[in-house]
Parts: sequence; C-alpha cells; structure tokens
Amino acid sequence: MIRVIASRVASAVPILILVSLITFGMIHMIPGGPAAAIAGLSATPQQIAEINHNLGLDKPLPVQLYRWYDQVLHGNLGTSLLLGQPVSQAIMIRLPVTFGLSLYALVITLAIGLSSGILAALRQNTWVDQVAMIFSIIGISLPNFYLALLMIIFFAVDLGWLPSGGYVPFFDDPLGWLGAMTLPAISLALLLTGLLARITRSTMLEVLRQDYIRTARAKGLPQRQVVLKHALANAMIPIVTVIGIIVSLLLSGAVVTETIFSLPGIGQLLTEAVLNRDYPMVQGGVLVVTALMVGVNILVDVLYAALDPRVRYHAS
Amino acid sequence: MPADEEGLWHRPSVLALRRLLHHRLFVSGLVLFAIIVVAAILAPVLAPINPDKIDMNATFLPPSLRHLFGTDNFGRSLFSRVMWGARLSMLIGGATVAINAVAGTVIGALAGYYRRIDNIVMRANDALMAFPPVLLAIAVTATLGPSIIDVIIALGVVYTPRTARIVRSSVIVLREMEYVQAAVAAGAGDWHVLRRHILPNALAPLIVQLSFLFAYAVLTEATLSFLGVGAVPPTPTWGNIMAEGREYLTTAPWIIAIPGAALMITVLGLNMLGDGLRDVLDPRLRIQQ
Repeated sequence: MIRVIASRVASAVPILILVSLITFGMIHMIPGGPAAAIAGLSATPQQIAEINHNLGLDKPLPVQLYRWYDQVLHGNLGTSLLLGQPVSQAIMIRLPVTFGLSLYALVITLAIGLSSGILAALRQNTWVDQVAMIFSIIGISLPNFYLALLMIIFFAVDLGWLPSGGYVPFFDDPLGWLGAMTLPAISLALLLTGLLARITRSTMLEVLRQDYIRTARAKGLPQRQVVLKHALANAMIPIVTVIGIIVSLLLSGAVVTETIFSLPGIGQLLTEAVLNRDYPMVQGGVLVVTALMVGVNILVDVLYAALDPRVRYHAS
Repeated sequence: MPADEEGLWHRPSVLALRRLLHHRLFVSGLVLFAIIVVAAILAPVLAPINPDKIDMNATFLPPSLRHLFGTDNFGRSLFSRVMWGARLSMLIGGATVAINAVAGTVIGALAGYYRRIDNIVMRANDALMAFPPVLLAIAVTATLGPSIIDVIIALGVVYTPRTARIVRSSVIVLREMEYVQAAVAAGAGDWHVLRRHILPNALAPLIVQLSFLFAYAVLTEATLSFLGVGAVPPTPTWGNIMAEGREYLTTAPWIIAIPGAALMITVLGLNMLGDGLRDVLDPRLRIQQ
C-alpha cells in the first residue's frame, strides 16, 4: 500500500512541473506582452516599462523562471493587480466557499447518481430504467448555467423559496448556508448526477452478468446482500474512477455557478481576474486549482488500490 | 448482378449504417441535431433581419408572430440572433472536432505505436488534462484574447489530449494483434501498418468520442461567452445572448430561455447520437445490450 502511494506521488511530480511551466508560460504568450494588455492602448512607454518591472518581466527568461519557482515553492504566488492582496491569501479566503459548494454538490451527486444507477440496472428495460436514463441524458445535456438561471426564475423570483444569490458562511449560520447553497449545489450536481447514474448502470449491468453473481443467487443469498456485497463492491472500481473525473468537473462547474449566484469562491475570483486582466491572479489561481486536482487524483488512485487487490499486486 | 448487390449490402459499414438507422436513440438525436444544423445553414434565408439591427421602438417584445422569439433590450430580433448564434456554435463545434480528429489521431497514433515517444507525449497530455477543462479554456482565452479563432484554439488545447488518449489506447491494443504482427513480419513499413491495419480499426471509438466532443465544445463555448471571455459581445453567440439577458431575467425571461433551449437541443441531440453510435459501433458494449 505504501508503495502504491509512493509511486502515485512520484508520478505526480513531472505533471506538477509541467503544469507549473504551462502556467508560467501563459503570461509570456500574451500578444504584445501583459503590460500592454494591462495598461491599455494609451499607455506610455514609461508606464509599460514600470509594469514590466513590477511583474519582473524585464529580467532574462531563465532568471524569471528561477524566481517563479523560488516564489511558488515558498508559497508566494505574487500580488493581485486588482485586489492589491497576495494571491495566495486571496485564494485561501475563497477556498472554503468553493470547497463547501463542491462537497454539497458531491453529496447530491453520490446520493442520487449511485442509487438511480443501481436501481436502473436492477430493473433493466422496465419503466424505472427508462425514466432514470431519460433523466440522466437530460442531466448531462442541460447546461448548468441555463438550469441555474431557470431555477433562479422559478424558485427565487416566482416562489421566493430560496435566495437567488449571496453567501452566508457556514459557521455563522448553518441553515442560512444551506439555503444559500442549495440552488447552486443542485445546478452544479445535475450534470455529474447524470454522468454517475449512466456509468453506475452500465458497470452494474456488466457485473450482474458475472458467474459469481449467479452463484450467490443460486446459493440463496438475499437480493440485498447480492447487490450490495457482491455486485456493488466490484462495480465500485470504475465508479471511483468516474468520481475522480467528477471532482475535476466540479471545479470547472464552480467557475460558472459561483459567478451566477455571486458566491465569493475560487471560480468567481478567477473569472474576475480574467476579465480584469489580473495576470498574477490567473496564473496563481490556475496553478493552485490544478495542483488540488492532481492531489485529488492521487487520492482516487490510492482508493483504487485499497478497493482492488489486483491493482496493489500490479503496482508492486 | 445479385451477388455483388448482396456483397455491398453486407459490407460492415453498410451493416453498421442499417443498424444505426434502426436505433431509436440515434435517429432521435440525429433529428434534433439536424434541426440546429439546418437552422445554422439557412439562417440568412429564414431570418433575413440583420441580427445586429437595433430598433429602440421595439425593445423587450415578447415572442409573437411578428417576432417569433421576441426582441431584446436593443430591440434586436432574437429569432435572427439565435439563428446566427447556431451558425457560430456549429462553426466552433465543427472546427474543434476537425482539430481533434487530425491532431488527436496523429498524436495518439504516434504515442501508441512508438513506445519511446509515448512517455514524453503522455506526460504532457497528463499535465494538460490535469487542468479543469473550463478553467484551462478560460486561461487560454485570457492569454490569447477573446475572439472566435482564440476560442477554437482554446477548445483544441483543452480537448485534443483527451482524444489523443482514446486513439492511443486503441492503437496500443491493435499493435499487439497477430494480424498486425504478421504485417510487420511480412516487411510492411510503419506508415503502411498504421494507415492500413491499425487506424481503420481504431476508428469506431474515435467517431463516438468526436460526437460527444462536438457537444462539449458547443457547451464550453457557450459557457465561455456567457462568462464574458468568449467572442466579444455584439457577436450573436448563444452564451452572449444569455449573458445580456441576465439583467432582464424577471421582466424578459425569453431572452435567456430561447437560446438556452437551442443550446440544450444541440447538446441533447449530440449526446443521443453519440450513445447510439457507441451502442452500434462498439462491439464490446453491443453484447451487453
């Protein structure tokens, strides 16, 4: 097990190096340089020189690269041009919002996606299966910002049941948090629930056809035990892989959801940063979020090995 | 000649086509997608009013016979704007698919066939796939600038690694097949083996992937322009129309509802089409059905 963890962490190192190189390169790929983009068309050469100096862009490239790594490894991602605040600090303040939203959406996804996928597989080709599959294909096709806007019209404006936006910290008012996060979490979870339901169904169908399931049934085990212990345990492996993908999509979806519901999370922070050409913020934010993603994927791989002895065997 | 006709009728591609046309999900998806494609092609004929024509005497008109989809805050015809938006969505989706079909196949085939470059190419691939898709697309458009070409480049950067990975995994399996080994032993060159023996058999999963990819590309483009980092506003993209309609959510909900529905029909159609293609083209899944 330790060997599995070590090998996964080791394989993440080159990915992180490449990711950091790509984010470092971003600022250099801006046509005309970031200074011209930040200062606008009417900028004087002095202004441009000053911005370049402040961003350290007047140094030779290897020096800049060295300084970038030196800073990043010390947890310093530069200073936001827009907020005048250290990038890492801005990210830390907003991380709990995105984390809470993602967790809420993940709970919805797992609860509905897993159960409807299992049910559809057990009742294959009945109306239950068809309804579940129709809902899941609509789920993966309904754009999350469209659903968010429709839900705001119905639930927030027409019915007035839930707020249409704004954030309440969980520790100040847990119920208020739940109210503020419900519409965002549903709109975020929809696509993922559809995705998970479809994968769970097809994996379960494959597993339920195996000989050992027939054996378990033949020896008279109750349905609940066959499904949960024999079938689901084996279906979990591909499902865990999908959950890894889902976490990556959660972060993508959060960008849109947070903007619509004006939640002060990472997604909104980065969108604002892009719109205002706050390059240090974009660079730092993308790096942090991607590093988090890589971390989640390592976790998924380790979970994989914990669930499946074959993976442990092949890794060592 | 009856014998030849029989032979043609039983060719694998014709068989697959026949099975597809009997697949309800595929046909329904095809119909939905065709509606959007026809709307995109015929936009200038069906919606002759200029989508950018401002008429301050006709703002916020709800859908009616005169204005099928109503008008927006500048009195522009939403029917025209949504139809022209379909053109941009199809253009961007089609271009992304084309980039992926070429670059994804080349990269995937080389990485799958030549072990030596596999490691390097796949590490770069992993790094690009580590970025959450929308975030990477936003970062690329932030760097390059917001225009249709830059959005297409961004979508290419985001999705090509995923396509390459699918092609690579088919190629790795096919490379070890006996008929390929036989061709190599008979002295066939790499290029010949790849082109004649491996790639035709790697086509099915690629086609399935590309149909889903078209849906993702259209969806991601709409997301980008909704967030304001896609094509610049007066351009009638579905995302732009919806972003402009956000302010009038309660008073003129049709500004958002109609382009959103068009977007959903496109994505739903393509997803159904892709599901159908996968059922028919992927023999492993066919056994399960």
